[in-house]
Amino acid sequence: MTARVLLIEDEPNITEAIRFILSRDGCDVTALADGAGAVAAVRAEMPDLVILDLMLPGVSGLEILAQLRADPVTQGLPVMMLTAKGQGRDREAAERAGANHFMTKPFSNDEMRAAVRALTGG
Amino acid sequence: MPNSQTSSASLTGSLIRERRLALGLRQGDVAQAAGISASYLNLIEHNRRRVGTEVLARLAGVLGTDSAILAEGAGGVLIDDLRAAAATTPGVQPELDRIEDFAGRFPGWAAVLAAQHHRAAQLERAVGALNDRLTHDPHLSASLHEVLSALASVRSTAAILADTDDIDPEWRARFHRNLHQDSERLATGAEALVAYLDGPETAVDAGLAAPQEEVESWLSARGWQLSELARQEGMDLLMAEVGGLASAAARSLGASFLRQAEADFRLLPDAALRHALEAGEDDPCLLAQRHGLPVLAVMRRLALLPGSQAGLVICDASGTLLFRKPVDGFALPRFGAACPLWPLFAALTRPMLPVLALVEPAGRSLRKFRTLSICEARLPQGFAGPVLREAAMLILPEEVYRAADPGHGAVLAIGSSCRICPRARCPARREPSVMAEAAV
Repeated sequence: MTARVLLIEDEPNITEAIRFILSRDGCDVTALADGAGAVAAVRAEMPDLVILDLMLPGVSGLEILAQLRADPVTQGLPVMMLTAKGQGRDREAAERAGANHFMTKPFSNDEMRAAVRALTGG
Repeated sequence: MPNSQTSSASLTGSLIRERRLALGLRQGDVAQAAGISASYLNLIEHNRRRVGTEVLARLAGVLGTDSAILAEGAGGVLIDDLRAAAATTPGVQPELDRIEDFAGRFPGWAAVLAAQHHRAAQLERAVGALNDRLTHDPHLSASLHEVLSALASVRSTAAILADTDDIDPEWRARFHRNLHQDSERLATGAEALVAYLDGPETAVDAGLAAPQEEVESWLSARGWQLSELARQEGMDLLMAEVGGLASAAARSLGASFLRQAEADFRLLPDAALRHALEAGEDDPCLLAQRHGLPVLAVMRRLALLPGSQAGLVICDASGTLLFRKPVDGFALPRFGAACPLWPLFAALTRPMLPVLALVEPAGRSLRKFRTLSICEARLPQGFAGPVLREAAMLILPEEVYRAADPGHGAVLAIGSSCRICPRARCPARREPSVMAEAAV
């Protein structure tokens, strides 16, 4: 079964790279470049996995995660957070907010593929 | 309580010996002139006997010096610094009971040790400041994020190009373009980051004292007076000095301090304050009533009046010391919390009720001080906002301020901070002292 991934990331080149490697791995990747409207998009798509960057324009990744966890419809969705190295406190906050996995930038493509497979049961 | 009939300083003996030898006098001659036996003087000089105040006064007379100089010797500051150095060196148990002997016999090495302790504390603060900066500085955080994002894209894209043999030419061209963009972005971001980390702001912020210490150091260097405020352009001159402080935080703190000092000065100029003091009006509460000022403003004016012997500490509701003007014989903690027995903190719990106390700080000087403490509350956001409390404690040598004593002469034994306070049985102790084994 094709895993549907919603990628919320404001860096277009990172989005392209992730979209490429996950698509080659059999995922159906939809991308959003802004935090605004992300929660509505998740509710509409109900993907198998949300990959969420921490630092987003508009609404922060942490706030989006909190909203997803507060909503009974989306609270069980697997969420992988993308964080930059050195953002230890943000990571702790995301952990408390209920993120399922963290990927620190810069990440390797193999790490990304393995994490997505693990979270989507692929 | 320390025995006021004897000098508690074992260093005194070393100082007597040092003074005698410097004058080229024989032990027997000095002893005879002071009315004691040579063998007793020998014991005193080798710090094996405490010397009574009367004998000390006679010895001081023979040696042509002041007994206070012989009693206080190297000064409490150096001793306190050595204690603090001992407190911050885990795993080592220096001979604390011989600390004064050490300072007396090897004043140069003691000063080196104290200086090293200061330097270590300064570096620890610098590390803390850098760590804090990495965590909280929004500019640095954004710069790092920019670099790491570009790096993430480069790493991922380069791996795609290296690992994917059958990549579509259109995708290949797109990824090449992305790589070029991101490498440019990475270079620019890295240059900006290096420039920022190498900039003067960072250099001074990282290496120097805490901002409050910078401001206090500046005030100390000017003798804790701001007489320029009496001149037309005085505020500009002082602001220019503050503008030369090392860190941005210290400059900001210093500017706030000056604005408040100027406001205080306008309400109660030096001349008016001196006139009142000469007329015997030295009670801050009465001065405040007469001039329509907050009591804390009067206390600040009394402490910053040129030539003032008054020390002053101010704290906020958390007990954090916001301002420290020291006075000889009353050690103020450089780091960490102060002695909880300070009347300042009693005042903090009951706003607008004055607390007058006679205190004796732990240490070698045996001096007593009259402290006048009071807490004022502010409502900067009105009824709907938080109540901000600020307490001040004016510290006056006992001989300077002899107001009516509601405590009936009771002396409150206090310290500087627990870690270096020798009062072993203090009921307010919150942590062991490095001086636990040394008698007061």
